[in-house]
Amino acid sequence: MEALAGLTYYTIAISVIILGIIVIAVTYIVIRFRKKSGEEGEPYQDFGSLKLEITWTVIPIAIVAVLFLLTCSTMRAIDPPSADREPDIIIIGHQWWWEIIYPESGVITANEVHLPAGRQLLARLESIDVIHDFWVPELGRKIDLVPGHPNYMWIVAGEPGVYLGACAEFCGAQHANMRIRVIAQTEEEFSAWLTEQAKIPETPSTGIAADGAKIFQEVACMNCHTIAGTPAAARVGPSLTYLATRDTIGAGVLTNTPDNLAKWLKNPAKYKPGSLMPNMKLTDKQVNAIVAYLEALDE
Amino acid sequence: MSSRLPIVPESTEPLPRLGENTGLLSWVASIDHKQIGIMYLIATLFYFVIGGIEALMIRAQLAKPGSELLSPEMYNQLFTMHGTTMIFFVVMPFLIGVGVYLVPLMIGARDMAFPRLNALSFWLFAFGGVLLYYSFFTQSGAPDVGWFAYAPLSEKPFSLNNGPTYWALGLLVSGIGSLISGLNNVVTILTMRTPGMTMRRLPLFVWMILVTSFLLVFVMPIITSAFAMLLLDRLLGATFFTPSFGGSAILWQHFFWGFGHPEVYILILPAFGIISEVIPVFSRKPIYGYEFVAGSTVAIGLLSLGVWAHHMFAVGLGNVANAYFSLASMLIAIPTGIKVLNWVATMWGGRINFATPMLFATAFIIEFVIGGLSGVAIASVPIDWVVTDSYFIVAHFHYTIFGGSLFAYSPGCITGSRNSPGACCRRL
Repeated sequence: MEALAGLTYYTIAISVIILGIIVIAVTYIVIRFRKKSGEEGEPYQDFGSLKLEITWTVIPIAIVAVLFLLTCSTMRAIDPPSADREPDIIIIGHQWWWEIIYPESGVITANEVHLPAGRQLLARLESIDVIHDFWVPELGRKIDLVPGHPNYMWIVAGEPGVYLGACAEFCGAQHANMRIRVIAQTEEEFSAWLTEQAKIPETPSTGIAADGAKIFQEVACMNCHTIAGTPAAARVGPSLTYLATRDTIGAGVLTNTPDNLAKWLKNPAKYKPGSLMPNMKLTDKQVNAIVAYLEALDE
Repeated sequence: MSSRLPIVPESTEPLPRLGENTGLLSWVASIDHKQIGIMYLIATLFYFVIGGIEALMIRAQLAKPGSELLSPEMYNQLFTMHGTTMIFFVVMPFLIGVGVYLVPLMIGARDMAFPRLNALSFWLFAFGGVLLYYSFFTQSGAPDVGWFAYAPLSEKPFSLNNGPTYWALGLLVSGIGSLISGLNNVVTILTMRTPGMTMRRLPLFVWMILVTSFLLVFVMPIITSAFAMLLLDRLLGATFFTPSFGGSAILWQHFFWGFGHPEVYILILPAFGIISEVIPVFSRKPIYGYEFVAGSTVAIGLLSLGVWAHHMFAVGLGNVANAYFSLASMLIAIPTGIKVLNWVATMWGGRINFATPMLFATAFIIEFVIGGLSGVAIASVPIDWVVTDSYFIVAHFHYTIFGGSLFAYSPGCITGSRNSPGACCRRL
């Protein structure tokens, strides 16, 4: 990040100086050399000067040379070779949400990237459908998620906190609602989170949540979604195993509360027009049961 | 044997001409380069108004957050059509129109080398646009995949509607028109100059049109084939750009920007040409460093063919490829800088008459320097990783295409009315 800042300041400084020279020269010309009334005849006819042409060819070449060397060194600093290391995180772009996989622990989540603050992780980025682009401005670079062409990126968040990002490559109707939350935690918090997410939750056996579990299997939810420890293992939509622990629904469309989850289940297209999640025409009773089930998985 | 023997024998039937016949037929059937030039400008103005309305609707939607003025689908259609219209149906045909109007006059030719092809390229352009805009009246609506139509979003599985099909068809048709007019200009400039007009005496505007036309001839086939491949994918089930069936999503970007980056020089070089004519005229001085202004154009033309992947730094092509494309893109700053400094030097010590064309030309210099310097910033890979796909890029190319190309084309048109007899704008 420091190398990037240095390169950016150098480029801005050079640009401002060059623009300044041109603006001052043009302003001076506009005042000094405008045609005044009463002036007759032609000005001195000047066809050029080889010396000047060489000067203003050589100086830009020098500027470009410095800029290019800085570019190469910064590029290497941001994107050092990964030496065939296995990725720590796999980020898969879907229309219009992010699937996040931690290969070592087998944790699969969505739309939230949890990181240990200060540790540099290697992310592999893939896409299941069209081209997306992962961008969290405070963490630096963008990178495309290209179908059939996995990319690698180093990702590090210096301080614990929540860093917001979004998809930066136009990817269809709900491109704007494809938000990323990077949650940087202390090492202890992060490993606690990872252990928690890796657990297989117990399916509730009593009450409304148990009804919800049954409805989930019956009304086709399981055709697209995963809940660990149940027959639901499809990966078309986000894994819902620990949905209740996430901050938002629909990749940033709604805050994750039981009320909002119920609203979303009734009609996803109202909040995310074009969303690939269909309106399942659930009754209020079914919705409440599913919400209770999904919330109960986190207990 | 004359080397200018026509391949198709000249018709003996007299063709309708303005002056003798003044009806609609004299325009529709015209092969006169001035009439065709005027028709280009009128059609361009028409598309400019449409593209401008689209831009205003985009801005109206963005005026407040969460606005529901336009549906997401309509918004996507509008920014796709705005970009496509402004690039392919405004700036490009405008420069071609100004070119076919002025080039024969400036080199002392009676007309273009191939007058009928000249008419054909105009009508291909005009009807290509009609074909594209017809999509608005179909059930599926206009294309909504961005003016760059990145595959696989533009492929059938992700765009079931017919928008992208109309997009590729319309641009395929008008693209063939642009290719033909490029060829026509190259032949006209190389073979039909008046005796004594050597290449070293060629007006700078004609120099720039010559380089632009060579670029058109080199790059239009790339994009035209890409359109054909996209159409094969969409209509006949081919899989050039669908990775799930062995195609490549990145291939489309190589084709698109392999055309698209030379294209931006196609848009700006004739503007440079106009500026290089306007500044000397209104400063009452010859152009400073003629050889360097002309030579730097050729340098830009050659370099522009090898810089396309600077649009793709975030795609993951690897740092070696990125470094090459970064350097090649930065090098373009050098010939461009030479031009700007020569224009400033031309004004220096002049007796400048700030008539309207000169006001535009002066503003052009400042606007274009801003556009150019921001271009150097994004040629640097790490900076591009941060600012690509953002408003920085939008601002950069609007400075060059609006503050650059369009500013230049306005004085170009106005100067035309003063300097060339029987010129376009007085009649318009």
